[in-house]
Amino acid sequence: MSAEAAVAAAFREEWGRVVATLIRLTGDWDLAEECAQDAFTRALERWPRDGVPRRPGAWLTTTARNRALDRLRRAATEEGRLRRLAALAPAAEADLAGRRGPGEEARDAAGEAAFDRLGAGEPGETGDEPDRLRLFFTCCHPALSTEARVALTLRTLAGLTTAEIARAFLVPEGTMAKRLVRAKHKIRNAGIPFRVPPPEFLPQRAGAVLAVLYLLFNEGYSAPAERHDLCGQAIRLTRTLARLLGPRPPEQGHAEATGLLALMLLQHARRAARVDAAGRLVPLDEQDRTRWDAEAIREGTERLNAALRLGRPGPYQIQAAIAACHAEAARAADTDWAQIAALYARLHRVAPSPVVELNHAVAVAMRDGPAAGLALLAGLQRGGALAGYHLLPATRADLLRRLGRTEAAAAAYREAIPLAPTARERAYLTARLESLTGRGPGN
Amino acid sequence: MKYLLLICFDESIEVAPGEGSPDAWIEATRGVRLDGSRLRPPADATTVRVRRKPGDPAAEEVLVSDGPFAETKELIVGYDVIECENLDEALNAAALHPVARFGAVEVRPFWTGEDAEGK
Repeated sequence: MSAEAAVAAAFREEWGRVVATLIRLTGDWDLAEECAQDAFTRALERWPRDGVPRRPGAWLTTTARNRALDRLRRAATEEGRLRRLAALAPAAEADLAGRRGPGEEARDAAGEAAFDRLGAGEPGETGDEPDRLRLFFTCCHPALSTEARVALTLRTLAGLTTAEIARAFLVPEGTMAKRLVRAKHKIRNAGIPFRVPPPEFLPQRAGAVLAVLYLLFNEGYSAPAERHDLCGQAIRLTRTLARLLGPRPPEQGHAEATGLLALMLLQHARRAARVDAAGRLVPLDEQDRTRWDAEAIREGTERLNAALRLGRPGPYQIQAAIAACHAEAARAADTDWAQIAALYARLHRVAPSPVVELNHAVAVAMRDGPAAGLALLAGLQRGGALAGYHLLPATRADLLRRLGRTEAAAAAYREAIPLAPTARERAYLTARLESLTGRGPGN
Repeated sequence: MKYLLLICFDESIEVAPGEGSPDAWIEATRGVRLDGSRLRPPADATTVRVRRKPGDPAAEEVLVSDGPFAETKELIVGYDVIECENLDEALNAAALHPVARFGAVEVRPFWTGEDAEGK
């Protein structure tokens, strides 16, 4: 691996860890980001010349810390900063001298031990890195808006630039910059703690973190290819979170994080098959399953089984189990719809939602025939909770088509097309309608 | 950090007598709660504004109006001042307040003067 590639790899693996440690040491999010950035810039200069350090993460953290020390020393005329400098100095000096101090530095010792494991070539599968875990919980704190949580997570944990995040969410860079600044101010001014919540609050708060990561994944999943990296980022972050939550009781958080990782891997495995060469969506039953990513399916299935073995089921594990049913079917006709229908029913019990009911209806239609599915859809329609949701008429259209009720199916497609949120989905539904009637939606 | 808890609820909601009584909560937050009181209803509120006098920009006038500053369905019926380590602790205290079950508790950090950036 070239030194440049080593820096790029270290950026993906270590950015969040370096920032998290600097936030704990300085309490200053902007300073932490700037110093982390400086450390990576320094690595780009030094590693090609001096070689890649044995423990890149430790090198980067130490460099960033020293950088923070320099900056704070220069700005030390302010009293507040002097206090932070005092707090920072012993840790950094102990680090430089290779010693470990008492008290506050005990946590550093744990961090060092994690670096040791990383340096030994073991990708930290058992590593305990409290700082980065703290950062997950702070970025995804429920006192922040959902948009702010997503942006902060991408900035501080994944290392995306403000411009990259703005592009990914299709907002002007200035808007995104303001959003990040406001979020950081709220963290400081409202006293949002930089800590892992105590066990009694952990399952709920871990759920909030997972919701942000899944939102991130779905944002990439439904977007055109140029934003697909959001899926990759979401998977990387979820993988890290699942590992960090690992040894921590209660196990619900770890089981659900692992379940979410499995769900993402299994869904992402279909990425090459779910859009055709012309950029059109291909429905699950028509996808070329040989183009599914077998390695991602293998890992996803393995992760799911590991999560289920913990005996703490939850909504993400159930959804991953459903995705696994699809992944395990070599042909669409082999899909175990009875199992999928049962899993959706179970999902509806633990996390009731009309969208889950809709999916349950689809599975029942596959198991018992389209008429059974239509009966369930009629109930949903009467409930009114899915009014305006394109997949309700689109699903009805599909079931009517399978019953040979062409006219009613065409009417349902026409109802669905204007409700679909993306051009790609509208194009897909329009093509379906045309194949049914041989005419366009306006006729 | 110091936080103000604004105890709010919607007047149209029927509450059993004593259901919102904070006595047990006050007992439970001993050491955290610095001050607090129930407030008279908005009907007893008076709002003061000072504005430039129309037609005479050099002069100001005091405008007094009856009723609350903002007309909303959720009324502020009381307040408490608490001192906590961080927002999570303040949220825990707020969640234990009896009115949180049928009304709402807004948690506002005190202005410290240190962090002016958020203005």
